[in-house]
Amino acid sequence: MATDASTGTGLVFDPMAQFMVKPLFGGDVVNWYTPTNVTLWMVIAVLGISAMLVMGTSRRAVIPTRSQSIGELAYGFVYKMVEDVTGKDGLKYFPYIMTLFMFVLFSNFLGLLPMAFTTTSHIAVTGVLAMAVFLAVTILGFVKNGPAFLGMFWVTSAPLALRPILALIEVISYFVRPVSHSIRLAGNMTAGHAVVKVFAAFAGLVALSPLAILGVVAMYGLEILVCFIQAYVFTILTCVYLKDALHPHH
Amino acid sequence: MATATQGAASAPGMPQLDFSTFGNQIFWLLVTLVVIYMILSRVALPRIGAVLAERQGTITNDIAAAENLRAKAVEAEAAYNKALADARVEANRIIAETKAEIQADLDKAIAKADAQIAAKTAEGEKAIAEIRESALENVTAVAKDTAKEIVIAMGGNADARSVNAAVTARMKG
Repeated sequence: MATDASTGTGLVFDPMAQFMVKPLFGGDVVNWYTPTNVTLWMVIAVLGISAMLVMGTSRRAVIPTRSQSIGELAYGFVYKMVEDVTGKDGLKYFPYIMTLFMFVLFSNFLGLLPMAFTTTSHIAVTGVLAMAVFLAVTILGFVKNGPAFLGMFWVTSAPLALRPILALIEVISYFVRPVSHSIRLAGNMTAGHAVVKVFAAFAGLVALSPLAILGVVAMYGLEILVCFIQAYVFTILTCVYLKDALHPHH
Repeated sequence: MATATQGAASAPGMPQLDFSTFGNQIFWLLVTLVVIYMILSRVALPRIGAVLAERQGTITNDIAAAENLRAKAVEAEAAYNKALADARVEANRIIAETKAEIQADLDKAIAKADAQIAAKTAEGEKAIAEIRESALENVTAVAKDTAKEIVIAMGGNADARSVNAAVTARMKG
């Protein structure tokens, strides 16, 4: 469809160009240390998080101001999530989970700004996040429980004959976790932003522009929802995995 | 969707799968995560946690103070009610005492008045009896004199003794 539109009218657009990683200061060689648009938008995310959680709460008021309320809301939201899902002993890992949540949330929402680059739309980013969670949770599971952690795969409540089959399924699903964890986030971000871009490209055609603008508005509204939900889902899955590591016997 | 790239020949397929940029993204991601973690764990989270704890403490203290004041109010009300009840009992006692005193005085006065009345009545009766007696005597004397005069006027011989005896006999009848 996009191809038809571009060939039919001579319009040249590329919904995936927004995901290109480009060096900030000219050149086209992307070394591992090169400051790129990835760097820029991650720095903006850091500044945004600092503004919300550090500057917003700088008055330390017992009766909070609006900005402090927002910071407290974010804190309470994640704190309660960690407490509810992993239990009291999971609260030790609250700063790590808060870091993940704030990073994903800010990256998702910053990506919605026009001309922005969405860092969480890249599998390289979400993959590292998911692998970090996977490795941390697996190591933590073995450190906390020793070999008993493997009992998570041996479902003792099932009939004995079924247990090897269930164990195989459990092991496969365990190793699929980081894949689904990362692709879910990157896929949602990529797809949403690409669709917005496709609609935006149609806005150049006079006949279609009202429809295209309506489509952009609708998709944008949906994307706001998706940005929050994906950050939430990413975080709560992290909590669930953490719970499995702390209490492997379900 | 990836095949929709027509103008940008320099980006074959999805930029997400361009492995040459992975190192760069991963490096900057790790830097970012460490920075965010430092900011959150050193500054933001302890501060917000402290504010929330302080607020919780303030609320708990305020509730405790309110509870305390309420208890005091209840105590004061109980004391007030007790004082009121005591005052009522005292008032009733005073009323009863006063009533008894008045009643005693009244009884005494009544008794005294009764006695006086009785005395006066007796005196009166005595006086009346005297008067009656003296009147009878007078009547007897008058009757005797009158009888004597009548007898004399009738031309009879007025024997003083027989006239007196006849009058006395009549008076008794």
